[in-house]
Amino acid sequence: MKTMINHLVKTLVLSILFTTSVLAADKHVATLRGEVNIDTQAEPSAIANTVNKDIKQGRNYPMQPPVIPHKIRNYEVNLNSNKCMSCHSRNRTEESQAPMVSVTHYMDRDGNFLAEISPRRYFCNQCHAPQKDVKPLVENTFIDMHTLMKSKVNTKNEH
Amino acid sequence: MKEIIKIGWQTLKKPSAYFSLGFLVIGGFIAGVIFWGGFNTALEATNTEEFCISCHEMENNVYEELKTTIHFSNRSGVRATCPDCHVPHKWTDKIARKMQASKEVWGKIFGTINTRDKFLAHRKRLAQNEWTRLKANDSLECRNCHNFDYMDFTAQSSRASQQHSTSLADGEKTCIDCHKGIAHQLPDMKGVEGW
Repeated sequence: MKTMINHLVKTLVLSILFTTSVLAADKHVATLRGEVNIDTQAEPSAIANTVNKDIKQGRNYPMQPPVIPHKIRNYEVNLNSNKCMSCHSRNRTEESQAPMVSVTHYMDRDGNFLAEISPRRYFCNQCHAPQKDVKPLVENTFIDMHTLMKSKVNTKNEH
Repeated sequence: MKEIIKIGWQTLKKPSAYFSLGFLVIGGFIAGVIFWGGFNTALEATNTEEFCISCHEMENNVYEELKTTIHFSNRSGVRATCPDCHVPHKWTDKIARKMQASKEVWGKIFGTINTRDKFLAHRKRLAQNEWTRLKANDSLECRNCHNFDYMDFTAQSSRASQQHSTSLADGEKTCIDCHKGIAHQLPDMKGVEGW
């Protein structure tokens, strides 16, 4: 009887130790779930508003497709129509005063210029995206090359 | 045939021999009220969204498309139903529009757009009907809710206020010139002005 109780206590202690260690280990694992238990549904954060200032945002690197500084809700880009191009195409910019899509958008892959936007550039949202007013989920360690060059010059001067 | 018309005309011309003047006047008035009330009730019944989407042509095509737009779901919960945009509010204009709409009954009976493919094939023509109508009446149905006089340009985005305070203000443009496809998907826009 005594040994049985002893056994039981040991198992209990062990199991408690085990579960706490597992729980502790859980905290150190990076997951998209965050601190939410596996059996509960995470509370989704509120949907942020789309930035609608119409002011050009800087590009982080030379080849970055410019981001869209306005709302594009219900803008159709499909076989029938391209709402973006009703302002940003070459022959519409005078009236709309919107920036024209760069001339590369009128080139096919052999470098020939076309009258209309090239089919391979037709779907604007493949590269250009409207922005939300939110904090980034993951810290970005990207360093712009100008900043990089500046720091290089600075370290050179130090020597 | 001529005889029948003649007899009918003579009956109408003769004074009543059996009914009193009071009966005819009061009876005529009451019958008039009932007829007019009934007519208007029936007219209003055809002027509801339930009536419009009781046909699958409307429910499965245009109504489904409307559901994703700002005229169906938005922050303040004010929404537009079919007749808000497609039927004028003033009585005379409404009757004129309703008479035009009798063609839609014809289309329903003969199944002009009774499949999605048929609807898409006719979409450009149907859209153009609506664009011409709104262009001709200076976007009357938009202005039933969106009153230019009460627009606060400072609350609009800079792009919107720039365009509303110039082209719209001096009457050079009307709502539909820029806001095509605001509530339904667009047809092939090749050749449409401004696209």
